[in-house]
Amino acid sequence: MFRKTLMAAAAVFAIGNTAQAATEITWWHAMDGALGDVVNQITEDFNASQDEYKLVSINKGGYEDTMTAGIAAFRAKNQPNIIQIFDAGAATIINAKGAVKPVQDLLEANNVNFDINDYIPGVRYFYADSDGKMIGMPFNSSTPLLYYNKEALDKAGVDVPKTWQEFEAAAPKLKEAGYTALAQSHSPWIFFENFMSRHNLQMATANNGYDSTDVEILYNNDALKDHWQHVKDWKDAGYYGYYGRAWGANQDAFVQQQVAMWIGSSGSFGGLRKSAQFDFGASTLPYWEGTGDAPKSTFIGGAALFAFSGHDAAQDAGVAEFFKFLTKPETQYYWHKETGYVPITNAAYELAKEDGYYKESPDAEVGITQLSEEGGEWTKGYRLGFYVQIREVIYREVDKIMNGEETVDAAFATIEEEANGLLKRFNDTYSN
Amino acid sequence: MKRVQFEHSAVPYLFIAPQILIISIFFLWPAVQALYQSFLLEDAFGMSSQFVWFRNFEDVLTSSSWTRSAIFTVVFSVLVSVLSIAISLFLAVRADEVIRGAKSYKTLLMWGYAIAPPVAGLLGIMMFNPLMGDLYKAFNSFGFEFNHIENANDAAFIVILIAVWKQVSVNFIFFLSGLQGIPKSVQEAATLDCKSPERRFWTITFPLLAPTTFFLLVINLTYAFFETFGIIDVSTKGAPGGSTATLVYKVYVDGFLGADMGGSAAQSVLLMIMVSVLTVFQFRFIERKVHY
Repeated sequence: MFRKTLMAAAAVFAIGNTAQAATEITWWHAMDGALGDVVNQITEDFNASQDEYKLVSINKGGYEDTMTAGIAAFRAKNQPNIIQIFDAGAATIINAKGAVKPVQDLLEANNVNFDINDYIPGVRYFYADSDGKMIGMPFNSSTPLLYYNKEALDKAGVDVPKTWQEFEAAAPKLKEAGYTALAQSHSPWIFFENFMSRHNLQMATANNGYDSTDVEILYNNDALKDHWQHVKDWKDAGYYGYYGRAWGANQDAFVQQQVAMWIGSSGSFGGLRKSAQFDFGASTLPYWEGTGDAPKSTFIGGAALFAFSGHDAAQDAGVAEFFKFLTKPETQYYWHKETGYVPITNAAYELAKEDGYYKESPDAEVGITQLSEEGGEWTKGYRLGFYVQIREVIYREVDKIMNGEETVDAAFATIEEEANGLLKRFNDTYSN
Repeated sequence: MKRVQFEHSAVPYLFIAPQILIISIFFLWPAVQALYQSFLLEDAFGMSSQFVWFRNFEDVLTSSSWTRSAIFTVVFSVLVSVLSIAISLFLAVRADEVIRGAKSYKTLLMWGYAIAPPVAGLLGIMMFNPLMGDLYKAFNSFGFEFNHIENANDAAFIVILIAVWKQVSVNFIFFLSGLQGIPKSVQEAATLDCKSPERRFWTITFPLLAPTTFFLLVINLTYAFFETFGIIDVSTKGAPGGSTATLVYKVYVDGFLGADMGGSAAQSVLLMIMVSVLTVFQFRFIERKVHY
């Protein structure tokens, strides 16, 4: 009896010992629902793949909640090792000097091979600094795509529009067939940021904000204003449905077949496959033929993983190990397939191709092809402070254009003035 | 005698100490922090900060969106308070008269109290969803061109409707207990003196309910200023064009979503001043007319 107890105690001690030996690293993320399940699976796989580190991933709500939780934790000196920060919040964390360790430094310090050219072009420099050093590890990356209802387009006898000129020709026919031709779910991201990228137009001074926080926005330009004048005219003619700023409300209009085409995210694919009771396809984001030098590649949207500073070397090594695991082609391919987000490395893209994934669902490739289209001077991304508030200003002014409270010119003058005010505040806050 | 009193004088302080402690930790200390923060420009992660005097207040007060939001907040708060008090008073008087099945009426009217503001907001906005909302369809079938996505007044209508609906049940409970606290003898004497129930209400019942009404006015204004945040966040998010963003919602957008610490601290200090002034005003001028 005594021997048995002793042995059991020894066994428990041994188990406890190995558990203690594993260094625990924490990851706060913003992926809930089905996406959260995939994150949990990746976490489990990482933990099973080695026994030196134990990764604990915790969902902190949406993007904003996660960022706020990270800020509060950092200020209380209780920060996690890894935090997921979304595109519009990237400037806030990158410009807070010393808050994060650049991913590239972290990987190189831990002898993980790193070559920025392993990453696909659209993703490569989005979370990098002005010298091209990667600061945040791109994680869930998506890009705006046009989804179309095949039956609606057949009924109207039109093809999927590649350009806005083609769209203008098709819209009346769709209206005749009983459909509103178009809706989209994110005005700032789709019809501002990616409009600039698609047409290779400069979005902000100082190299789109990468070179300095002393920067001014360049949204108040004729090409963009002209586009919005068209959108307003389409709306008045019944070709464009405006269901407010909520992402879901605009997507629902497409799902319920009121709208024939809808611009959402490449990551919307999985959700649509479940909710849409009709045959649909995906195509690239339309552009104005002859404006800028369209078509160029689009920006990514989504979020990146940042490694908070203030942790010991063993934990940082664990973070590097996890990033190495995360960027493996197999992990990326799994993530791509399960979620619809694009694979971030060329190797993962190759793997998906070899595996025949795009033969079985060709629409899943559209996002990555669009991101791999020829890039231009202004397609690598932007880095603007208080961009969350700037997006709020855009949402607000778009409402006013749509309900006729303001002209396009007046709305863009307000956007320019308020955005520059915010950028100046950001510069005054972060530049010293 | 005096000595005995002196010995006991510490006891009351001891009794209120926990309350004072709670107020200090959860109100005074954060308020001082907010005041301090409102004079700083500081990055979100606290890596650097500088003292800028009134720069944040200047930026806030000169922005047109803040002014618009302040005006909306005042209109919204007054409408929500007045409407929810009036409706609940009406319901309470009616429910008080009911004899048969009174309990179930009262329980049903109190139900809404258990609903959290965001849930109320979600229910409301779903009823007004342009694709499937019953109220949206009903309104438009009557020939109103109801469209809260584009029309600021329609959006304000929805937010006020939800906020009032949510608050009526709370007020109802207070009014009902207030009504039941009026002595039967007073009511009977009034019935002998005056035949008109309407006049009896305004001359006897309502003045006796005045303390309750005043109390509800104070808490309803606070509710409209602060607690309706959850309703706005899940229903309109301040749209269209920022027309339904209350000041608290703006503090949230700038501070929590946008990580502008100084700017949102300045906004909360301004809000604190506004509410303090309003409360002082209520106690100095309205409470005088209340007889306990």
